[in-house]
Amino acid sequence: MRVRIPTPLRSYTGGEANVTATGTTVADVLADLDRQFPGLRFRVVDEQGRLRDHMTVWLDGERCRDLTTSLDALDELVLMQALSGG
Amino acid sequence: MTTMQSDPRVLVGTRKGLFTLSGSTDRRRWTLGEPEFLGHIIHHAVVDPRDGETVLVAAKTGHLGPTVFRSCDQGRTWSEATRPPAFRAGDPLGRAVRSVFWLTPGPVDEPGSWYAGASPQGLFRTDDGGDTWEPVDGWNDHPSWGEWAEWPDVEGTPDGSMLHSVNVDPRDPDHLYIGLSGGGVFESTDGGSDWAPLNAGCAADFLPDPDVAYGHDPHCVRVHPADPDRLYMQNHCGIYRLDRPGTRWTRIGDNMPRDVGDIGFPVELHPRDRDTAWVFPMDGTDVWPRTCPDGRPAVYRTRDGGDSWEQQCVGLPERGWLTVKRQAMTTDAAEPVGVYFGTTSGEVWGSADEGGSWACLASHLPEIYSVEVAGTP
Repeated sequence: MRVRIPTPLRSYTGGEANVTATGTTVADVLADLDRQFPGLRFRVVDEQGRLRDHMTVWLDGERCRDLTTSLDALDELVLMQALSGG
Repeated sequence: MTTMQSDPRVLVGTRKGLFTLSGSTDRRRWTLGEPEFLGHIIHHAVVDPRDGETVLVAAKTGHLGPTVFRSCDQGRTWSEATRPPAFRAGDPLGRAVRSVFWLTPGPVDEPGSWYAGASPQGLFRTDDGGDTWEPVDGWNDHPSWGEWAEWPDVEGTPDGSMLHSVNVDPRDPDHLYIGLSGGGVFESTDGGSDWAPLNAGCAADFLPDPDVAYGHDPHCVRVHPADPDRLYMQNHCGIYRLDRPGTRWTRIGDNMPRDVGDIGFPVELHPRDRDTAWVFPMDGTDVWPRTCPDGRPAVYRTRDGGDSWEQQCVGLPERGWLTVKRQAMTTDAAEPVGVYFGTTSGEVWGSADEGGSWACLASHLPEIYSVEVAGTP
């Protein structure tokens, strides 16, 4: 599936805004992303497997925080950073 | 005579990136380099004094999780830790590192070893120069950790509870001191397997029972490199000294001018004279503005172990409403000693004469979190 990468993570993807990853759940896709782009996952997911507070995953236009969510019939996962910081 | 073996560099960690100041040999001219990790929150950037080449940087951003960047060539090239500091997966308390807050190089005879203090108050160690980090289980999983670290840290310090001031006794690599904000000072004599509070004599004015074994708020703790039996502490409630094997801190801040007080973040030591230390007081009255007392920036120095203090403000602005955070003051090892500090208002100040006079080395930087001298002068 296609994964959209936000600007804070593009240092890991060589500047690519769109990459391809495989997996049947959100967690699977993040694990595959980390195989391809080492270090990316830990910036998004903490050591207890929780999506970090200021990162968001969007599936078919819906915000998703449960990384066990199935990706059946979806062809795009959007990773974004929340409106925060300053 | 002024001596410094190599041209000095000062690493400045800020809320928006890492900056490097390069100085002339006489420390009178300084050049500010371009920012690195622009936009990253840099809590600490430290050069390994054992090789003068390795640099570790504790970083995160407003969005991304915490990590450590490392350089093996004085910052010319960087890589990210393969396994950054993290609690163990499945941690029964559900802890996750929010930020890597403090970095301390390990013992001289254990090259590649470093300690990292985190928020929440975890302790981590690397033995490969910062590439892979392991939890120090003896601390993180200590049966009393939850009490000592006031977990969950929902009522912690303004930026979250943090473990800082990791000190390794230069005579004994198994002898460690750490500081917890809040929680207090803790000591291990077995390489971090077991720990005990070391806070007797410290005030805890913010607790209903001020005579407690832990729960204090050390802001910065330093073991003297030339006399490791002497410790200095800038605490939320005063400036202290402890001479081991004693276990009761003495409030040497009582000898500060009354109208200045003895509240602040950093305390820095002379590398050779155990009786000389510097502090940068802040206003801890009323609602705790945490700015310079009366808006008059000044360093205070003791040359007698805290029995007396002298104001050092030549060259500093007459008025200013800023402060200096706990990692944002340091000394070099030259003769005479150079003293440096960075302000919350983004200025770096330096003195090449042990605080006798000050010059502004850089201004208009983001809020400064850490100032460290690079290399071994």
